[in-house]
Amino acid sequence: MSDYILEMNNITKEFVGVKALSDVSFKVKRGEIHCLIGENGAGKSTLMKVLSGVYPYGQYEGDIVFEGKVQKFNKVNDSEAAGIGIIYQELALFPELTVYENIFAGNEIKKGPFIDWNQTITEASKLLKKVNLKVKPEVHVKDLGVGKQQLIEIAKALSKDVKLLILDEPTAALNEDDSENLLELLKELKSQGISCIMISHKLKEVISIADKATILRDGKTICTLDAEKGEIKENLIIKNMVGRDIEDIYPKRLDKKIGETVLELKNWSAFDVELGRNVVKNANLHLKKGEIIGIAGLMGSGRTELALSIFGNPKGYKLDGELFVHGEKKKFKHTSDAIKAHIAYVTEDRKGDGLFLIQDIKSNISAAHLKGISHKGVLNLNEEVKVGTDYKDKLHVKANSLEQIVGKLSGGNQQKVSLGKWLFTGPKILILDEPTRGIDVGAKFEIYTIMNELINEGLSIIMISSELGEVLGMSDRVYVMAEGAIKGELDISDATQESIMELATQ
Amino acid sequence: MNYLTEAKHLLKENIRDYGMYIALAVIMLVFTLQTDGLFLSSRNISNLLDSAGYIAVLAVGMTLVIVIRHIDLSVGFLAGFLGAVAAIFLTQMGVSVFITIPVILIFGALIGLVNGFLIAKIGIPAFVATLAGMLIFRGALLLVTERTGTIIVNDDGFNAIGNGFIPSLLEINGLHLLSLIVGLIGILFYIYSEFSTRKDKLKYGFEVMSIGLFMTKILMISAIIAYITWLLAGYNGFSWTVIIMLGVVVIYHFMTTKTVLGRHIYAVGSNPEAAHLSGINVNKITYFVFGSMGMLAALSGILFTSRLQSATTTAGTLFELDAIAAAYVGGVSSAGGVGKVTGAIIGAIVMASLSSGMNLLGVGISYQYIIRGGVLAAAVIFDVMTRRKRG
Repeated sequence: MSDYILEMNNITKEFVGVKALSDVSFKVKRGEIHCLIGENGAGKSTLMKVLSGVYPYGQYEGDIVFEGKVQKFNKVNDSEAAGIGIIYQELALFPELTVYENIFAGNEIKKGPFIDWNQTITEASKLLKKVNLKVKPEVHVKDLGVGKQQLIEIAKALSKDVKLLILDEPTAALNEDDSENLLELLKELKSQGISCIMISHKLKEVISIADKATILRDGKTICTLDAEKGEIKENLIIKNMVGRDIEDIYPKRLDKKIGETVLELKNWSAFDVELGRNVVKNANLHLKKGEIIGIAGLMGSGRTELALSIFGNPKGYKLDGELFVHGEKKKFKHTSDAIKAHIAYVTEDRKGDGLFLIQDIKSNISAAHLKGISHKGVLNLNEEVKVGTDYKDKLHVKANSLEQIVGKLSGGNQQKVSLGKWLFTGPKILILDEPTRGIDVGAKFEIYTIMNELINEGLSIIMISSELGEVLGMSDRVYVMAEGAIKGELDISDATQESIMELATQ
Repeated sequence: MNYLTEAKHLLKENIRDYGMYIALAVIMLVFTLQTDGLFLSSRNISNLLDSAGYIAVLAVGMTLVIVIRHIDLSVGFLAGFLGAVAAIFLTQMGVSVFITIPVILIFGALIGLVNGFLIAKIGIPAFVATLAGMLIFRGALLLVTERTGTIIVNDDGFNAIGNGFIPSLLEINGLHLLSLIVGLIGILFYIYSEFSTRKDKLKYGFEVMSIGLFMTKILMISAIIAYITWLLAGYNGFSWTVIIMLGVVVIYHFMTTKTVLGRHIYAVGSNPEAAHLSGINVNKITYFVFGSMGMLAALSGILFTSRLQSATTTAGTLFELDAIAAAYVGGVSSAGGVGKVTGAIIGAIVMASLSSGMNLLGVGISYQYIIRGGVLAAAVIFDVMTRRKRG
């Protein structure tokens, strides 16, 4: 038998027009903990989806060799049957069911046609012991903390006789104690011969636990570092993670004119009632006229929450601290108040909460500012067409007509419509959340050019981005967030990919 | 583009809308042939429209409720209950009809607001909140009619709403003059609005339909209005029910297509999160839509009580489901954000035509239900197919 439990050879996976993975090779030895590292969008999740059969055999190129055999997984069940268990960041538990029901959900122990509950409970207790979880199997999952729920996911995987366990950012939502616990458990499982692939952004964890670490960037394998050779070190990881120069896709802004402060936050906190924790902690931030500030950080670091808490607080956080717009203290009760104060927020999730996908281009562009095309509540539909045409031309939206349904446009064009909708509200402060996510390089360049034009027209921009290149290429100043707090402020002249990553992974 | 290709293109683009009119035309044609023209007689069309009235106004409100992704099951018995309350006002309390009607409409709107509050603010699923309402109003209807049983209404003014016709002024060859005038005004207004829209578009330099097709459209629609007017004028003229129905359609059609409020309703329906982020108050829209639904339920109750000239203990039974069916036949989508007021009316007329035609042909009630169910399913299947094709 070969040393390797898993070999993924020359995997290429294309989505329409985009290569998510190109010629990736990835090998895991029996009984090792192998970390998979990369920036957002580097291809980690796609690779794991290929492995687990979410993307079935035939939709990708290359081979998966598991336990010495070439595998052709057509669905997730196939990879599970082979002994691969995957635990996603979003836990897939049933909160209203008990622990034992959850562990054996979809894999019930039966006696004849009926479920053998006694046997189920006995087995569940054994598995709970295996993952060092001291709860009764009869407890409802919703009554447990996230850390314990994570362990139940692992118990569930173990119940299926798993040989290779994949964890996607398992500690992202955990506190330190729970994280520690989890890492200990992984080491224990390793001693029992279970191999493990862990995707993680937290470099300290990687350093403490990994036997090997493979780094992906832009859908390619960059290198595999080996702990035995002493290669798993922070500087080496970061260098390989970001390791590219900023390309020339960021148009330069000439003669910067930076004016007075237009927006300021003082000791700004936002408490999410549903999560029961602060999603923004004590943030201090300011934005000047004619400035682009970049907000960097990893996913889940509280950047979007910060933006929403400024933009009329649609999620209903409990806010604390002070918000000043043009020197005036403000309290927005609704997003409409923020819009009235000339703030606009272009969402990161244009399909989810940005656009009206079943409506056409012109109604999307006018949607946030119907006042601009109406008189006493009655719409002027011709004015709407005129406005729509103006923005369609200005932003170079490629579409047959203004009546085209937005859901059928490409990502880049949708983003431009989303931007157009907000520009029509006449903003002075524009918050762009991941302005170029999921769009091709050409459209990115156009968006950057538009941003520079807007700055020249006297707007100020807050740009939230997970792409370090973009942050460094476009911003005048950079704030770095982690775990809801602003961990640092860097002038663009001091900011490097490494310095940002260091703050973001604290 | 020549005349035919342009017409074809237009038909293809709007297949869902036109399909409904075509289906209605086919249904009417089939019944007319089967009944040797009896179906399209003045008397039958007049009765058909009157019998569609109280469902049609509910269907208009229901369309908006479904557009914002909710449902209202309470409207049937709410209509029945408020109809009975109106009867009590008129007979037992001696309130004038001119006070009764606005008061009942306001009651309806207030009850609708309560539904809206339960759904938007408390967060109860609309299905459950309005199911509770349905039970409550059913009970309330029984309660207010418990002592008297059916309440006979003797107020002629009130009864005219469901049975009366606009005065004829003068009869020319058996045709009612005022009805002809109303029809003529309708046609002139239609032609004027088409021309002014076109002129406006040209002023902005936008593309418009070629003049040939434009004239064809105007001629066709004017001819249809003229024909219906002529039919009705040959019997008793326009009934008050038809006038009320037309009024509701005109107001709601204007509101949904030409106002900020209407646009907000569709925005909330097509993506509530995006609507909220666009500065639209989703709760307010929900209040408004349920309030309007309640008011239309009150109107439906008034129309029904007046049509029967009495309030019965079972008034309103299954109205809500008939209204929902009419709305779906009219092209509303349960996924939200799609559906027209004009569609709801056509849907209600399609369903009423089926009943009327089958009654004329003497089709048994069991087959009538099956056929109406089949038409509803076919309409929704057609909807899904055309949408998938485009999507």
